[in-house]
Amino acid sequence: MSSVLYDVPGPRAIARNRILGVITVLVVLAILGFIVWRLWDTGQFSAEKWDAFTYSNVWLQIALATGRTLAAFAVAAVGALALGFALAIGRLSDHPWLRGPIGAVVEVLRAVPVLVFMFLLYYGLPVLGIRMEPFWAVVIALIAYNGSVLAEVIRAGVESLPRGQSEAGYAIGLRKAAVMRLVLLPQAIRAMMPVIIAQLVVTLKDTALGYIITYQELLFYARYIGSQSTYGSPIVPATIVVGAIYIALCLILSFVANRVERRLRRTAKLGKGVAPADDAMTATRAVAVQAGLDDPEPRR
Amino acid sequence: MGIITDNLDLWSSTLLGTLVLFVAGGLLALVLGTLVGAMRVSPIPVARAVGTFYVNTIRNTPLTLVFFAFAFALPPLLGLRLTGDVSLTLAICALGIYTATYVAETIRSGINTVPVGQAEAARALGLTFGQVMTLVVLPQAFRSVIPPMMSVFIALLKNTTVAAGFSVVNLGSIRSYLSERGENQFVAILWVMVVFVVLVLLLSWAQRALENRWKVAR
Repeated sequence: MSSVLYDVPGPRAIARNRILGVITVLVVLAILGFIVWRLWDTGQFSAEKWDAFTYSNVWLQIALATGRTLAAFAVAAVGALALGFALAIGRLSDHPWLRGPIGAVVEVLRAVPVLVFMFLLYYGLPVLGIRMEPFWAVVIALIAYNGSVLAEVIRAGVESLPRGQSEAGYAIGLRKAAVMRLVLLPQAIRAMMPVIIAQLVVTLKDTALGYIITYQELLFYARYIGSQSTYGSPIVPATIVVGAIYIALCLILSFVANRVERRLRRTAKLGKGVAPADDAMTATRAVAVQAGLDDPEPRR
Repeated sequence: MGIITDNLDLWSSTLLGTLVLFVAGGLLALVLGTLVGAMRVSPIPVARAVGTFYVNTIRNTPLTLVFFAFAFALPPLLGLRLTGDVSLTLAICALGIYTATYVAETIRSGINTVPVGQAEAARALGLTFGQVMTLVVLPQAFRSVIPPMMSVFIALLKNTTVAAGFSVVNLGSIRSYLSERGENQFVAILWVMVVFVVLVLLLSWAQRALENRWKVAR
């Protein structure tokens, strides 16, 4: 194994690496040990601290809170994708009067922190007489922010395509909308799929911001149960439980992202490998190749 | 404009709070992130595993949850009394630990952009490990790291507002103070947005300037 940073280790380097490995293990064990000691010392492992989590009603509430987190995520994800496509197409428009303003909107939405946008919707709009549930404040803010980020991602995907793609589309008589819909977007989405799903993970993580504007999601419930003195104020166990749920949800989504990415790549290869259309093209291509207009390698 | 000129004390103290969170959190993230990034590219398998675990876990944790753990779960564990300074320190730690994962990934991918042939050529010339690093690898890695690193810091700047939910004074929390003084919250939040757009524009401008100056000519 060779890396840009180091050579294949010799005997002395192997010995040194072993020592460094042992030191790493010791440091990690020391940190873990300190945390466990503090947990133990403050009685977090005692039965009464975990008493709250023996009631099925508490778990039912946790399940409902998880449902609210996922509901906000689902609506925000669908909305952000829709808004992302709309803004991306707007930014790619040929008309300056459309491209300019939409570009400005995207830049502003990307620059404003999501939480401040939620504040604007939840605390600011009532001044103008518009009241909304915390759910909608969370969802709309997430749609606005992630939609604008996705718009940039999709635009970058379209602009990274070779210009021949759209020119070929126009050459066979497609109009602007059809070139976008049939030629450019499918390729851009495939190229940008990993980034798009990574942004959806960000959306899921950002639903936790709803806690701050009193949306009753997982953290909100953890705070509530953690302050119940009848259960011995189990804030630490509640944080552990809710944190585990949150991290598990995000890890599952990241895992799905990886699978989708691998799958898309595989099917993309398959499609190219089979490509019966290529054979049908050979008659026309042969002329072009003979005339020196095209290279004999099949274009992928 | 009255909402700013009449409350200059609030605006300056909250802006200062945001900048303190940004600078201190950024420094902590740089130190910790460089350490973790170095662990992730090191020849020691244990260190690589620890670095990967840290990055994967924290990157899949909402920042609000990190803040939550630091603000509510950690004080009882360590027996801290929540004063303003303690809250600020905890918020800086939360921001630093969260952002460090992004710094580590940026550094790792920056080092990976340097072709292996560069280091091999340097070694073939007989340069020592220190010379290979300081003269050949790190200068190139540093240059390709600058633009994504600035994006990480732009995200950090926006993330400082999350501290507003955990009683740390910053631009995100000015809304509640202004509404106590009977100001229009809607206008106040719009001004906060303007401040953030300006700050982000400044950072993007710095990003572009640095990028042009330190572009890798390949």
